[in-house]
Amino acid sequence: MTTAAHYARALGGIVGREVLRFVHQRERFLSALVRPLLWLFVFAAGFRAALGIAITPPYETYIPYEVYIVPGLVGMVQLFNGMQSSLSMVYDREMGSMRMLLVSPLPRWFLLTAKLLAGTAVSILQVYAFLAIAWLYGVQAPPLGYVTVLPALVVTGLMLGALGMLLSSAIRQLENFAGVMNFVIFPTFFLSTALYPLWKMQESSELLYTICLVNPFSQAVELIRHALYLSLNAQALAWTVLALAAFLGGAIFGYNPARGFLARRGAGAE
Amino acid sequence: MAAPALSIEGLSYAYGRGAFALKDVALTVEAGSFTALLGPNGAGKTTLFALITRLFESPGGTIRIGGADLRREPTRALARMGVVFQQPTLDLDLTVRQNLLYFAALHGIPRRTAQARALGSLEQLGMAERIDETVRTLNGGHRRRVELARALLHEPALLVLDEPTVGLDVPARRAIVEHVHSLCRERGIAVLWATHLIDEIAPDDRVVVIHKGQIRASGPVADVNRDTGADTLTDSFNRLIAKEAA
Repeated sequence: MTTAAHYARALGGIVGREVLRFVHQRERFLSALVRPLLWLFVFAAGFRAALGIAITPPYETYIPYEVYIVPGLVGMVQLFNGMQSSLSMVYDREMGSMRMLLVSPLPRWFLLTAKLLAGTAVSILQVYAFLAIAWLYGVQAPPLGYVTVLPALVVTGLMLGALGMLLSSAIRQLENFAGVMNFVIFPTFFLSTALYPLWKMQESSELLYTICLVNPFSQAVELIRHALYLSLNAQALAWTVLALAAFLGGAIFGYNPARGFLARRGAGAE
Repeated sequence: MAAPALSIEGLSYAYGRGAFALKDVALTVEAGSFTALLGPNGAGKTTLFALITRLFESPGGTIRIGGADLRREPTRALARMGVVFQQPTLDLDLTVRQNLLYFAALHGIPRRTAQARALGSLEQLGMAERIDETVRTLNGGHRRRVELARALLHEPALLVLDEPTVGLDVPARRAIVEHVHSLCRERGIAVLWATHLIDEIAPDDRVVVIHKGQIRASGPVADVNRDTGADTLTDSFNRLIAKEAA
């Protein structure tokens, strides 16, 4: 009989393992920080004069470009982490520790969701480290914003992790994953509100504007942006939750032993 | 009479629309017995393991672990089984203890019990003093022992191992083979051991010969030899394989 205590212990074990691995992999933490910091210190500084930002909600005054892109970079940290933890799932599966997880006596949806929560916990640690450095650099949100952004980060982290998990269930080998990084991460990031507001995109191209608008990553970034400045963007929340449900549902299907992608193509071993 | 530790009936499997990787497989592993699943590379052993460990499911046939149907009651069935995969499945950056406690958590074992069992399990394998070393510092044979200790933490009635001695040197191989045989004798654990190495099988073991996805012979080593008219298991095996090639 699987009890509530069993579920709790397993969840603790899965999250604990992910955090331990994260602590041991200092390079991963460092690169998770360096990436957005480069964008903030170099890219944003270079474009500061070129891109003036008009007053757009949730901001109440004119803001420098650095302030605009910080929520987008927070999204980027979570996007990379979501993809990276699914990269580790592809790797895990080849190495067998994903199989170790899947053979434990718990429902598969629970194991995958727990794994997702673990990845999200790690991404939130990375985000707060980034926000702390941005604060020292001078990009400062209202102090309470650092609290209100937390629930938003949980939702966006889960959504982006679920996207990665869905991809990992469909990807056969590590080599293919490099392609996915190019074809998923970069388009997702550039076709969003992370670097430029929607109205600016609309001035250039109606098509690109529409793509940016429906991109779930845009919604995630806007959810984070608003939460960091103490406002709730209900529409962004709804879209992010919807995307989470779709991606997670797809991932659970993908890992379903009877119907999923695994069954269709086999373990790849024999 | 108690249900067998593992019973498989009418199990077939094909990848996509390809040829059958397994065809109408039936086998039984009784409590406390050591059953070797013997077959050349590509015989279907790994596919059979993927099905037994529920990496994927077959629409036809049944797999029961201690009487629990793997499809209908997967959690009950999986809780009774310990697995050692062919590929290494330890976290190299974590210590032996952290690896074992993670596994124990997945099985819902309380932390204190898990600590005690981990130590006991490692002691039996002569690995207790390595408990706080990171796995990366251990050699291949020691890593396998840790995986074996881990597979026993939840005190399973059935232990399945997929070519667990691959890549090990002769003494390390012998140590693992002997230890697993002693688990059957002393603790009554049922073992299904996949291999293509005949010297890992003891004279009083049971053997299931698999080739091209089908079971060619099964029973105690002596019975299989008698049925094929061979003096040794090597001869039996060669005859069973050659018969198909002819």
